[in-house]
Amino acid sequence: MFDDRSPIYLQIADGIKNDVLSGSLKEDEQVMSTNQYAAFYRINPATAAKGFAQLVEEGVLYKKRGIGMFVSPDAREKLRRERRERFFTEVVDPMLAEAKRVGIEIDEIVRHLGGAR
Amino acid sequence: MIELRGVTVRYGSTVAVDGIDLDLPTGKIYGLLGRNGSGKTSLLSALASFRRPAAGTIRVDGADAFENPAVMRQTCFIRDTLDTNESDKVRALLTFAGWMRPTWDADYAAKLLDLFEIDPRKRASSLSRGQKSAVGIVLGLASRAPLTILDETYLGMDAVARAAFYRELLDDYLAHPRTIILSTHLIEEVADLFERVIIIDRGRVLLHEETDELRGRGVTVTGPAMAVGEFVVGRPVLGEQSLGGVSAVTLDWRPTPEEVARGESAGLTFGPVGLQDLFVHLTSSAPRWEATR
Repeated sequence: MFDDRSPIYLQIADGIKNDVLSGSLKEDEQVMSTNQYAAFYRINPATAAKGFAQLVEEGVLYKKRGIGMFVSPDAREKLRRERRERFFTEVVDPMLAEAKRVGIEIDEIVRHLGGAR
Repeated sequence: MIELRGVTVRYGSTVAVDGIDLDLPTGKIYGLLGRNGSGKTSLLSALASFRRPAAGTIRVDGADAFENPAVMRQTCFIRDTLDTNESDKVRALLTFAGWMRPTWDADYAAKLLDLFEIDPRKRASSLSRGQKSAVGIVLGLASRAPLTILDETYLGMDAVARAAFYRELLDDYLAHPRTIILSTHLIEEVADLFERVIIIDRGRVLLHEETDELRGRGVTVTGPAMAVGEFVVGRPVLGEQSLGGVSAVTLDWRPTPEEVARGESAGLTFGPVGLQDLFVHLTSSAPRWEATR
């Protein structure tokens, strides 16, 4: 589940964001408590709590005192907007760099993409 | 808060613990890591008042810990010996623990014995190394002591029993939060449970940090020797390997995504450095150095 490339709390936050984006976590739906999350993934609860705190800070989750944490109503739209902004720099540009390394022409990529339309 | 100030442990002319200062907020799981002979057990023995430090003080919630009955009742130190008469039966060990410890949970102890498949009618002397370790774990966890210290309590236990130990440790901690200090050489399999990691080396604290901060702290840069050499200039190097024209350098440094992109376009690849690798690099005897050209 988690790897050594980055702190686990960031990986937790990314995992939950992906669940919100894919719709498997719905808006205003309750997420697991930090203890449930820690028990499920076998990690220290403070690490899980830090991941959730990060999501609250970013506005992806909100807290209801004494009840738990929920997905913010606008979280999915906000995350989509952010990811779309990063799509070209993080996905397309590295792809073009790799294409250049292995000698694939842009025209060839365009033809391939045309097939996916 | 547990506060250690200038704690020193000596055996004759040998200094095992060399003036250690540590502040340990309570209620967390700590991993204590160090090579053989680094002073882990001596430090823990001082912390549990099993040994009077040659110098320095240890305070637990403001009270001096050494031979302080109130602090002792709250502290449970489990080491590889069971600190018992070997002719005692396991059942008797648990009964004694129940008398000594106000927080002892006999039902939980019975459940754990069952889990580790230990017959309480057996004498301590007839147990295998792994079973002795498991009894230590039962005594340690079921004591629910506000300060529980487990010093390499996995010796001789197979992978299945160790996995059961880690599962119980986390579940019982979630249900009954307390301060747990665990020393281990099996870093990889238990690191995710530690909130903080303390690495000691030659009797001194090398590092005391949030475990999660250490993930992604180091990076291994691999590629053509020339490109690697150019990339690592001025960065703290932990280790280096080369084969033919390819070299791999491990750095104690966290690259930004831009730096990774720049390196990748120069033909370099970046690999993670796990906690265990980081530990090996930080505590191996080779001196650390800064790359120069």
